Amino acid sequence: MNKTMQNIAATALVGRVKGMAVAMSRVQPFWVLVAIVILCAVMSVVSDVFFSERNIYNTTRNFAFFGIMALGMTAVIVTRGIDLSVGSMMGLCGIVTGLVMQAGYPLWAGFLACIGTALLASLVTGVLIAYVRLAPFVVTLGMLALLRSVAMVLSNNKMIYEFGPDQEIYEWLGGSSMLGVPNPVWALIILTVILFFAFRYTAWGRWLFAIGGNPEAAKLCGIPVERVVTSAYMVSGLTVGIATFLIVGWFGSVTNALGQTYELNVIAAAVIGGANLMGGVAYAIGAPIGAALVELIRNSLLLAGVDALWQGAFVGLFIILAVLVEKMRGNQE
Amino acid sequence: MTPLMQLTAIGKNFGAIEALRGVTLSLSPGEVLGLMGDNGAGKSTLVKIIAGNFPPSSGEIAINGEPQHFHRPVEARRKGVEIVYQDLALSDNLSAAANIFLGREAKRKIGPFKILDHNAMNRRAAELFAELKSETRPRDIVQRMSGGQRQAVAIARTRLSEPKIVLMDEPTAAISVRQVAEVLDLIRTLRDSGMAIILISHRMPDIFEVCDRIAVLRRGELVAEKAVSDSSPEEITGLITGAISSA
Repeated sequence: MNKTMQNIAATALVGRVKGMAVAMSRVQPFWVLVAIVILCAVMSVVSDVFFSERNIYNTTRNFAFFGIMALGMTAVIVTRGIDLSVGSMMGLCGIVTGLVMQAGYPLWAGFLACIGTALLASLVTGVLIAYVRLAPFVVTLGMLALLRSVAMVLSNNKMIYEFGPDQEIYEWLGGSSMLGVPNPVWALIILTVILFFAFRYTAWGRWLFAIGGNPEAAKLCGIPVERVVTSAYMVSGLTVGIATFLIVGWFGSVTNALGQTYELNVIAAAVIGGANLMGGVAYAIGAPIGAALVELIRNSLLLAGVDALWQGAFVGLFIILAVLVEKMRGNQE
Repeated sequence: MTPLMQLTAIGKNFGAIEALRGVTLSLSPGEVLGLMGDNGAGKSTLVKIIAGNFPPSSGEIAINGEPQHFHRPVEARRKGVEIVYQDLALSDNLSAAANIFLGREAKRKIGPFKILDHNAMNRRAAELFAELKSETRPRDIVQRMSGGQRQAVAIARTRLSEPKIVLMDEPTAAISVRQVAEVLDLIRTLRDSGMAIILISHRMPDIFEVCDRIAVLRRGELVAEKAVSDSSPEEITGLITGAISSA
């Protein structure tokens, strides 16, 4: 290869990298990632503990649960929907899992009961929204109250901390790690990759975005809009089921208050990660990145010695900032 | 010769309102039929019946002599009926190629999985745009496109399945003069390849430029159906408004 050809190849490579950089800079998760890097840099100066193995381990594990649920929430938000019931659904799924395993059933039975409960609840939500055409906000607000109440009735207001014969392996699953990475974080990584591919390489993903962009057009193109929208809520339910199963294993106990107000963190994570509530715009990678930022703010304030009561203010600020940035970029175009 | 499509005594009621009454029309391959009428005359209703959005209350649709009962647009599409909607029915957040292939995505196999074949879709979309002599690029997002480009996307979409009948609802309503000429050229290209086209338009010059026959609807009834060469814009205007009762 002579010099000119090398130059051409190098120029082409630089052009490609430039193109990728430009494409990346157009999406919100990229800028949130930049914010995370800056925050980490600042924290490494402010606190000695921040970059300790222990803190990284805890922080990533903490946001994994929200990140997993934010993935499902992202699929819902793409279709112009919202799911306010995820926190209550977590409470119900946790209680069902606890009751099944407390009764002496093995791990897999607890898992199936947990996922089954989530899928059933989200099927009801999805059908009411997609087929009966009720507003997502109202349906899921109703489910928020309903599912929490069912959890309270089933639990008889008692805490469950005995998980039968498989207790040990269950607590390992939720609370331990493989290759130094907490198990819930593994789950988050795998699910993020799956959703990324589903969004980009499946007709289902393409249809979710088409519905969010123009539901009437999607319908006219022969897309089974009702089925696809219902499936989005069930994907959200599935992620809630998985997150619940892991978080109960980590806590080693469950009460009917599990997941209370989590819906706010989950929606915050999805929105900060670039999911547009108007539909049609979202990124699979945005869910874990958004969840990471929310947890990082919490962790940083704690380590910097700021009163914990300020946490909400900062998270709220970032949510509004995320929407503001999105709008400004939209105006530019 | 059997007509490509035969409508016989089509009627449509919405509750007490009679939107269409006894419409009988036929369409031959390689023919452009202009469908005219004032707002509320029943044009859209007729188009939606042919496109399969809803079935007629009475009467029969036959394609190549076979009676059809469309309940959904997909069923009509399967029989070779494509429609370009007035509002173009595009998803703004998707690329041109994604819109063209929406609902019938090209896929390729990777092991047991079938995944979207972005390259094939972009390539085919580029070919379609080249045929239309449009400068639209397959990867561009529809949101940032001009009216003419959006029109090209909507028309390219119908070309994908090589349909027999193309319904065009006001395709020249919201585009520039130069683009109108392009769309009319395109209609001729479609016709020359043996497709039948039903063109709905308010623009008399467009109708007289490309159509072979004109059908006029007034208050849900077909009041005229005649060759363009036997008619004049004045006569058609009279038929639409009711100044001339029928022809």
